[in-house]
Amino acid sequence: MQNSGALVSLNGVDIAIVAIYFLVVLGIGFYLKRFTKTGNDFFMAGREMTAWIAGLSFVAANLGALELMGWAASAYQYGILATHWYWIGAIPAMLFLAIIMMPFYYISKTHSVPGYLQLRFGDASRTLSALCFGFMTVLMSGINMYSMALVMKVVLGWDINFSIWVSSITVALYVFAGGLLSAIFNEVLQFMLIWLGALLVPIIGMIEAGGWGKMVAKIHENYQGDFTHLWRSIGSFSDNPMGIHWTGIVFGLGAIISMGYWTTDFLVVQRVLTAKDLRSAKMAPIIGAGFKMMVPLIVILPGLLGLAVMPGLVGESQAVVTAGAHSYNEVLPLMMARYLGPGLLGLGITALIAGFMSGMAGNVSAFATVWTYDIYKPLRKKQMSDAHFVKVGRWTTILGVLVSIGTAYLVMQFASIMDYVQALFSFFIAPLFGTVLLGMLWKRATSAGGFWGLLAGTASSIGMYAWVKIDPAALRIIALSPNAKAMAENMYRALWSCLICFAVTIIVSLFTKPKPESELNGLVRSCTVLPSEKHLKLVQRPIFWAGVVCAVFIALNVIFW
Amino acid sequence: MHKKMISIWFFIGALLTVYGVLIFGAGIYDLIVPGKHNVVLRELHAGVWWGALLIVVGLVYTIKFRPKKVDEPEKKDELK
Repeated sequence: MQNSGALVSLNGVDIAIVAIYFLVVLGIGFYLKRFTKTGNDFFMAGREMTAWIAGLSFVAANLGALELMGWAASAYQYGILATHWYWIGAIPAMLFLAIIMMPFYYISKTHSVPGYLQLRFGDASRTLSALCFGFMTVLMSGINMYSMALVMKVVLGWDINFSIWVSSITVALYVFAGGLLSAIFNEVLQFMLIWLGALLVPIIGMIEAGGWGKMVAKIHENYQGDFTHLWRSIGSFSDNPMGIHWTGIVFGLGAIISMGYWTTDFLVVQRVLTAKDLRSAKMAPIIGAGFKMMVPLIVILPGLLGLAVMPGLVGESQAVVTAGAHSYNEVLPLMMARYLGPGLLGLGITALIAGFMSGMAGNVSAFATVWTYDIYKPLRKKQMSDAHFVKVGRWTTILGVLVSIGTAYLVMQFASIMDYVQALFSFFIAPLFGTVLLGMLWKRATSAGGFWGLLAGTASSIGMYAWVKIDPAALRIIALSPNAKAMAENMYRALWSCLICFAVTIIVSLFTKPKPESELNGLVRSCTVLPSEKHLKLVQRPIFWAGVVCAVFIALNVIFW
Repeated sequence: MHKKMISIWFFIGALLTVYGVLIFGAGIYDLIVPGKHNVVLRELHAGVWWGALLIVVGLVYTIKFRPKKVDEPEKKDELK
């Protein structure tokens, strides 16, 4: 299973730690099987989760899928600019979800985001949204599975087939057994392991570097350019390693991409929908935001420390053709190998595996819900029992994992698919945000407006992507600069597609008949009386904690300006 | 949550305790019989204190969230 070309080698204790992890997640899954009898248990975890469990699971589902290694590598490549994806690219959106959008998701008692679209805009919007989500989720799951197997091959020398099958069978078994309840419980466990396994790297790294000031000085000795300021270098496209302007970060990332992801991607929203009451559902994203703000400690800081104490890592293409060279994509495992001794290394590797598996379980459980309730159920003319849908959900879990495995092998043959599918995923999220937001906040939005707006936004995003592929000079128009890198292009494409979605939804709505207000109760802000929180003490109110998180968010941006 | 369901924090506590024992043990062994591992700042013996920290945190969670017998009022609730 292991070969000598691996970055790190595990001893007996390390392997025992990894093996115990697999046994425990499987054990939890089978233990929870007895508590998942009904559809509400299997697909919504009984809607009994506390704010803490829903909040930690909300963040953990996103921590998977190369998040740890990918952003540590981005920090090595782009410096502290990568932190924008954790702060302005997450916190405002999470707070917006908590305070503005969550009441409507929760009060409408929907089981999914496509389910909300069905209530608000009808079957056509729900079907379009569900098909896109199901297709993309399962493909992304396969791509992440392949990426994880590739990482395990590079880091540990494990065979790719071994990694794909062992991890996917484990996830399939525990989600099959305990449904969303099992996925959520394991995500909380995985979240703890990720922190405890990865936190030692920045701690020992800062000791070696001699503190923040000396680390910054060493980075300046090793490299030219500004790697340690969040905002100072993005006044111009050419002054920063990412080739991005602050407008792309604020309006593309902060206002559209992150809003779209954190408020409408069912993979994460599903976790919050399991909360036991509305207050917990509002608190969960706020708790998640608090932890999300701290993730750069274990992801971005190791990348920055790498720039200081381990200069010379190169891009993937250069590493392949240079003997003895390492890619910055490997910076996190290299830092683990640098600092973590016996036992600790096993915990660090377990953190990586836990990250991958929490993301995969998130994809699979969300796919099972959307497939069962938003695609399969509407197709059944006959009324079926709750037990029937639980059975369908369980087998959809297996089907989703098998399709993901198939995708993983497809990507292995045609690596370029990865670029296209990741782009496809982003095509859908930005317009969906436009549709859901108008649906919740504008009572005049009609069913036709919602459907055509979503379709136009998605189609225009694909069109812009194709235009730049065919004619690279179009980048100057789409991303406002010929110097824009892929990330910057994504930001602007998301912004335009969301604006197109807004425009089409508004225009079509103005020419079509809206639903009567009585049918919009619980779905639209101006037609819904939200439960008052005045009887709660200040420290019990979600808005208070949202204010605290917001204040810390602003302070962090000022400190690292 | 279901009244008879063991808390996830108990599982986390138990797992951290086991991990703490393994890591602490490996750290102590490495202290007594230095192996070939050549990590930077090895003299900090991070395995020893990190393992000890995991044991403490793990035990706190294990004890605080250990499974308890269902008391009478809860039994009545379930019968309803």
